[in-house]
Amino acid sequence: MYHKTTGYRVFSYFNYAFMILAGLACFLPLLHLLAQSLSSKAAISGNMVSFWPVGFNVDAYIKTFNNSNFNGAMLTSITRTVLGTTISMFILTCAGYALSKEFRGRNVLMWFFIFTMLFSGGLIPSYILITALGLKDTIWALVLPGAFGAYNLILLVNFFKTIPKALEEAAFIDGASFFVILSKIYLPLSLPGIATVSLFIMVGHWNSWFDGILYMSDASKYPLASFLQTVVVQSNMQNMAMSQSEVAAMSEQSIKAAQIFVSTLPIILVYPFLQRYFVKGIVLGAVKE
Amino acid sequence: MAFQDYKPWLGITGSRWIGLDNFERIFQYKEATQAIINTLIIAVSKIIVGIIVPIVMAILLSEIRNMGIKKSVQTLVYLPHFLSWVTVAGLMIDILGLDGGINHILTRIFGNDPIYFLGDPDLFRFTVVISDVWKSFGFGMIVYLATIAGINPSYYEAAEIDGATRRQQIRYVTLPSMLPMIIVISTLSLGNILDAGFDQVFNLYNPLVYSTGDIIDTYVYRSSLLNGQYGFGTAVGLFKSGISLILIVVSYRLAYKYANYKIF
Repeated sequence: MYHKTTGYRVFSYFNYAFMILAGLACFLPLLHLLAQSLSSKAAISGNMVSFWPVGFNVDAYIKTFNNSNFNGAMLTSITRTVLGTTISMFILTCAGYALSKEFRGRNVLMWFFIFTMLFSGGLIPSYILITALGLKDTIWALVLPGAFGAYNLILLVNFFKTIPKALEEAAFIDGASFFVILSKIYLPLSLPGIATVSLFIMVGHWNSWFDGILYMSDASKYPLASFLQTVVVQSNMQNMAMSQSEVAAMSEQSIKAAQIFVSTLPIILVYPFLQRYFVKGIVLGAVKE
Repeated sequence: MAFQDYKPWLGITGSRWIGLDNFERIFQYKEATQAIINTLIIAVSKIIVGIIVPIVMAILLSEIRNMGIKKSVQTLVYLPHFLSWVTVAGLMIDILGLDGGINHILTRIFGNDPIYFLGDPDLFRFTVVISDVWKSFGFGMIVYLATIAGINPSYYEAAEIDGATRRQQIRYVTLPSMLPMIIVISTLSLGNILDAGFDQVFNLYNPLVYSTGDIIDTYVYRSSLLNGQYGFGTAVGLFKSGISLILIVVSYRLAYKYANYKIF
């Protein structure tokens, strides 16, 4: 009935417009970036580029991919993402499977893990630990410290708990071992959860920049996000001291834009496929009946 | 280390113990105290805005009946959550700059001088909060949307038969049904009160806005790793971790008490 009142109709139109605007607001900055990366230098410094390239060219991309630092950083990022996600998922699924069962000391163990999520020694002790372990300047410094995240563990445990006990018992009677049960029953049945957690870990690895800057003493070993941080943010900070017109003349905005865009592309590409899983994944992990 | 005058070349065993001196210095150094105050202001504003905006947006989005539009809007607003703060900072520096897109629009409409969002100490906190909301509101919406979807439709039918307008239905059916979730999220976010977002602030700030934008984490980074005050930096970090731990345990107990929420 309320659908037909004038008030609701007016609200509805505004609501549609507002929501579409909100959606666009989340997306237009990226489009702007893409347009800049494809525009000519003159058009950018003349502030003519909004959402469509002006003076179309792909020079910025050619320069980006010819930059050996960029390519090296890209390779480091890919390696760390693949390696890190694999290690993390292996540890997390094994731990999550065990912790989804009832056994003596389970809660103590769980609190022990959660404590690590809540309380950290802080920046300096972590840094000294990694250095003391001899991990500095190796890819392990980027992969190992975050491999066992308590938050992801909780998501997985909650997921595994929703799987009916009877399935496991039936498999047991048929002679399946724990590992068979985990790989043949638990993993396929909790695909949304696995996909969600993997997505979080993957994106986390791809995006994290600070550990790269912290643990790599040589800039040539930086992963992509750290490399970008130095190019995009730090150069901007140095530029703060100069006047704006000088900055505009100096910074090659189109190359920056191309670099940011290329580094974001994998996320934009992977994300739509995993999106349907992660909504389910988070909600199941968060909403308790 | 927090209780030592730590020197890297002496190590933990060799450095001199100085008791609580490092902790006392937190409150003596003006910069450190200012960083704590900044952290509190930024984090609290982020928490408040970060709870209200997703709730409002989730309610508004649930009013949209066209599934195609609804799904596309959802997909778009989740996206920024997955971008790194480095990327977002790159976008922000460009868009919020003196000759960036936002100023372009503002000067055209209001004819004022361009606003320096990232270089003006008075505006920096505001910019930080707004950009954080931009990045995360879509993701925060997910649980609320799920809660709204889980509301029994017969409540709405009953309300409609009793003559409730849509606004009244939202006021008396939707909001009360969301309340437990809202309580859980708000109490749990109390634990983050000393966490104003290192990634974000570090990438957006600059010396011009240290006075209002420097937070505990960035201060620790600068004072310890860059200036070599390891013991002091550790003390500040430990101070933050300790208080956060207490806050999280308290908020978790509150969430359990008022909304019967358990993590596992």
